[in-house]
Amino acid sequence: MLAVGLPHFLVVGALLFAFGAYCVTTRKNAVGILMGVELILNAANVNFVAFGHYAWGGIHGQAFALFVIVLAAAEAAVGLAIILTLYHHFKSIDVTRAERLRD
Amino acid sequence: MRPAQVHDRRRRGAMPRWASVALMLLAALALAALMLYRMLAGSAPPEGIPEATRNGLVFQVGHVFALGQLSDFLWYALAALTVGSAAGVAFSRNIIYSAFSLLGTFLGVAAMYVYLAAPFLAITQVLIYIGGVLVLILFAVMLTSHIRDVKISNASLGVGPGVVGLAACAVLLGYVGASTPWEALGKPQMMDQAQALGDGFLSTYLLPFEIASVVLLATLIGAVVIARRDDPATGKEG
Amino acid sequence: MPHTVEILWAWLIPAFPALGAFVNAAFGKRLQDRFGKAIVHAIAVGAMLAATAVAWSYFALLLGQPPEDRYLHDLVWHLFAAGSLRVDLAFALDPLSMMMTLIVTNVATLIHIFSIGYMAEEPAYWRFFSYLNLFVFSMLLLVMGSNFVLMFFGWEGVGLCSYLLISFWYTDLDKAKAGMKAFVVNRFGDFAFVIGLFALLWGLGGSWTTTKAGGLGLRDVYEASPLYVPFHDGATAAEAEALTPMRSGVAVGPTVDFRELREEILTPGTGVLQHLKGATIFGFPLIAFVCILFFAGATGKSAQIPLYVWLPDAMAGPTPVSALIHAATMVTAGVYMVARLNFLFALSPAAMTVVAVIGTLTAIFAASIGLFQVDIKKVLAYSTVSQLGYMFMGVGVGAYWAGCYHLLTHAFFKACLFLGSGSVILACHHEQDMRKMGGLKDHTPITRWTYAAACVAISGFPVMSGFFSKDEILWKTFTTQNLSAPWIGPVLWFVGLVAAGGTSFYMWRSYYLTFWSGEYRGASHDDHGAHAVAAAHDDHAAAAHGADDAHGGHAAHGDAHGHGHTPHESPAVMTYVLIVLAAGAFFASFLGLPKAWGFDPVLERFLEPVTGASAAFVHFAEPGKALEFVFMLISVGVATVGWLFAAWLYRSGENPAPALWLARYAGIHRVVFNKYYVDEIYAATVVRAGMVIKDLAYWFDQNVIDRAVNFAAWIVRFVANVDGAIDKYLVDGLVNLVAELTLAFGRGFRKLQTGRLENYLVGALAGALVFVAVNYLIH
Repeated sequence: MLAVGLPHFLVVGALLFAFGAYCVTTRKNAVGILMGVELILNAANVNFVAFGHYAWGGIHGQAFALFVIVLAAAEAAVGLAIILTLYHHFKSIDVTRAERLRD
Repeated sequence: MRPAQVHDRRRRGAMPRWASVALMLLAALALAALMLYRMLAGSAPPEGIPEATRNGLVFQVGHVFALGQLSDFLWYALAALTVGSAAGVAFSRNIIYSAFSLLGTFLGVAAMYVYLAAPFLAITQVLIYIGGVLVLILFAVMLTSHIRDVKISNASLGVGPGVVGLAACAVLLGYVGASTPWEALGKPQMMDQAQALGDGFLSTYLLPFEIASVVLLATLIGAVVIARRDDPATGKEG
Repeated sequence: MPHTVEILWAWLIPAFPALGAFVNAAFGKRLQDRFGKAIVHAIAVGAMLAATAVAWSYFALLLGQPPEDRYLHDLVWHLFAAGSLRVDLAFALDPLSMMMTLIVTNVATLIHIFSIGYMAEEPAYWRFFSYLNLFVFSMLLLVMGSNFVLMFFGWEGVGLCSYLLISFWYTDLDKAKAGMKAFVVNRFGDFAFVIGLFALLWGLGGSWTTTKAGGLGLRDVYEASPLYVPFHDGATAAEAEALTPMRSGVAVGPTVDFRELREEILTPGTGVLQHLKGATIFGFPLIAFVCILFFAGATGKSAQIPLYVWLPDAMAGPTPVSALIHAATMVTAGVYMVARLNFLFALSPAAMTVVAVIGTLTAIFAASIGLFQVDIKKVLAYSTVSQLGYMFMGVGVGAYWAGCYHLLTHAFFKACLFLGSGSVILACHHEQDMRKMGGLKDHTPITRWTYAAACVAISGFPVMSGFFSKDEILWKTFTTQNLSAPWIGPVLWFVGLVAAGGTSFYMWRSYYLTFWSGEYRGASHDDHGAHAVAAAHDDHAAAAHGADDAHGGHAAHGDAHGHGHTPHESPAVMTYVLIVLAAGAFFASFLGLPKAWGFDPVLERFLEPVTGASAAFVHFAEPGKALEFVFMLISVGVATVGWLFAAWLYRSGENPAPALWLARYAGIHRVVFNKYYVDEIYAATVVRAGMVIKDLAYWFDQNVIDRAVNFAAWIVRFVANVDGAIDKYLVDGLVNLVAELTLAFGRGFRKLQTGRLENYLVGALAGALVFVAVNYLIH
């Protein structure tokens, strides 16, 4: 077995990102899309911290990850508020319905 | 929900309770034995770590984890949990299962942070993602009552192209990440850097820190404003 | 550093008058309307009595300390700090400020009581007492403040109260103008004071960093300190040390605290003294510069040449005000300041010389004007200016305690004189012209005897305190070795002696003109109209007679007014005050019985902790006791000559000599009587210059600035028109073109926008992946 190092974390991050991207692109359910976004953000965070730990040193990777967490929390709150409003408006959380916003 | 099906899954998938307890006990014993071995063997801890940090739990645990194979094995298990849960998020047909799979992903990522000597971040991850975001998502799922509507959880892009894209993405990024010769530090230290983080947020990252707080405030207000119900019939706030 | 006694309640001393002022200002009118005037003066006098009691109790505490530890300190709170400069709201009671505090509280209490009688007919009774209390508050801040900032606050506060009280009867234009004059003239002095303070702070190294003071040479002092740490970012204890280096156990650096300043300068080994002595500002020695500016501030407040002109006019205020502010307390603030800063003044013979010479010149100059004045309050006003000159002589030649002693005795006898004149004025129905008095000795016996006692004191007979203080000053002036040149002292002594003779003459002149010289001359109504001010005042008093009157004397006053112009003695509240002040003028002698008589002056011992600061720098010759006795005899002789001369001329009221001489030397008399036309000279120079500048500025404003503004406006309009044209045809055209192009593009690209989020996401992701791949391949 390979000793765990930076590339391992990067691969985990890449996989998380891939699943997140899949989730975001294929789901019609707004909540599902939101979960995909969370996956992507976590992938980025793992990369940040891994690089910070192995390649950069110091606290900078962790600091970035913390900011990302903060923004993710904010994003989740706003996103869910929007979803609830959409649901209230369209009686559905199918994002394709919201295409009407374009007009 | 389909209670019968859930019941079936539980019956099929779960192991007996005594087995899980026994497993946990075994794990604990193994850990204790390793720590004992470490102490008895008396091998010197790595240099350059302050005395105060050496006695910390995080250091001890990290030190034990650094014991080669076991920690690597554990890591692979956690990575599998993380990635597997992520897959569960992506592929579950039921949004509820997706949400619960997300829990596994978050926990796995928190474990990754522990491996990366970022315990503070791990705790934060648990608190905010699991305690906050995930609960919010579950609320949203519950509140939007048509969760069993098959059409909604249908893939819009189509599963085929989606899987192709996923594979392309995973292969490319994974390959790039694994094969690039990163300039790594010599031997990364397993040090708790919570204090340094605190100092950093009040010095180097002061401005982003303040901006983040403003963003949070704006988010609070924005979420309330957006989610507030306007009654379209009367034009009054409901 | 001597021991400091921390106390808790010294702030009460100024707080009581402040409270009284506030209550009377806020509710005085209502209280007076509802409960009568008694409640108003009860509040004011009560506040003064309370403050006086606290002051006496702290005096007892102060006396209980060993002499070198006599420093009571009451830190109320920190006002602010900037760099190493800390400013506290703190009161300090050392012997000097204790003496001043006692003078202020006690004399002010007496004058408050006197005012009950004097102002009884005043409708705006509450306003008067409110101002009086406010004045006492300010004055106490001035003398009790432990630092320059509080002192300056009080300094400005007393200036304000002086203005308010001089123009108390503000409907009278002359009085309002007098108040304004006092205020404006004082501004000049205050400006100098502030500049001096800034220069001193600058000299002590600025308030921010020690290294900034490098230009002054102080840097070397600091860098030599083992504790010196260069200034750098990040607040550390070491940096605080660098801001306020400790040398010989004393914090060195800028300070506004008198005590700290003194310790800094006087403690050997701090280097501050050497530094200050070597420092120059614009090539001028810094200490002399600072001291002269401080003294310039004092000339404004204490009415010295050239800023004395406001004080005689200030007599427009009510007489108790003249007694309190313009004789006993406020005008002595400058003397107090110089005595307080004796360790600074003593370092600069030039500044000392300036102080002493200006003081002496003022003494003789004002005395000469006083010789021919006919208004009794004007005589006293010039006498005050002259006596203040003596005080500055004292502090100028280095006899700080003697200056303070004269301040103390002067507070008693001049307050007594002023209040006596107030009593006389009241007796004569608001007549101030001495030519219309006369023969009052039988009508107003108490006033007459107290006035006589005060005259004995001021003219310098060795039975009252004035002799001892004035003679000490003159003796020290003769023997001083602290001035720029050794011959200056004796010259100043001679001039001061002449002025003493003049003083004796004009004071006895006023006494005899008022209380002797035949029968009362004010009875005839005929010449009443000639004195518009007095008459108006009279009417004003008459109008107030309807008001209820608690005092029997006032009933008598009212009756007398109705029946004719018979003078009458003032009510008891006033005469008792006169008696107390006269007694004070006598008993103050015991504080300063001279060494030559074998005594050890009590006040000199008492003030030694303060004035001793400069002991190392001031020196006096010791020609022996015999010479001192000779000098005393000369002083007494000169005073006697002045007295006898005045008695010969004015006692009987029938000596034709004054009128004859008046006719013969009309020219000289006119010049002196008109105060050497100083006011006119000021009007022709300073005021005229100000007016010319004003006119020039106005003309400049009208013709140059307005035109420039109009021209600028025209240019702007022109540019605007051109700009408008460009905007309309060129810019708008471009903007429209861009808009059209954008529209065309939009129509084309619109087809790409499906509005489906998934499509956008896929595009973004694909782009990102391509980017990653390309980046990887390139490396």
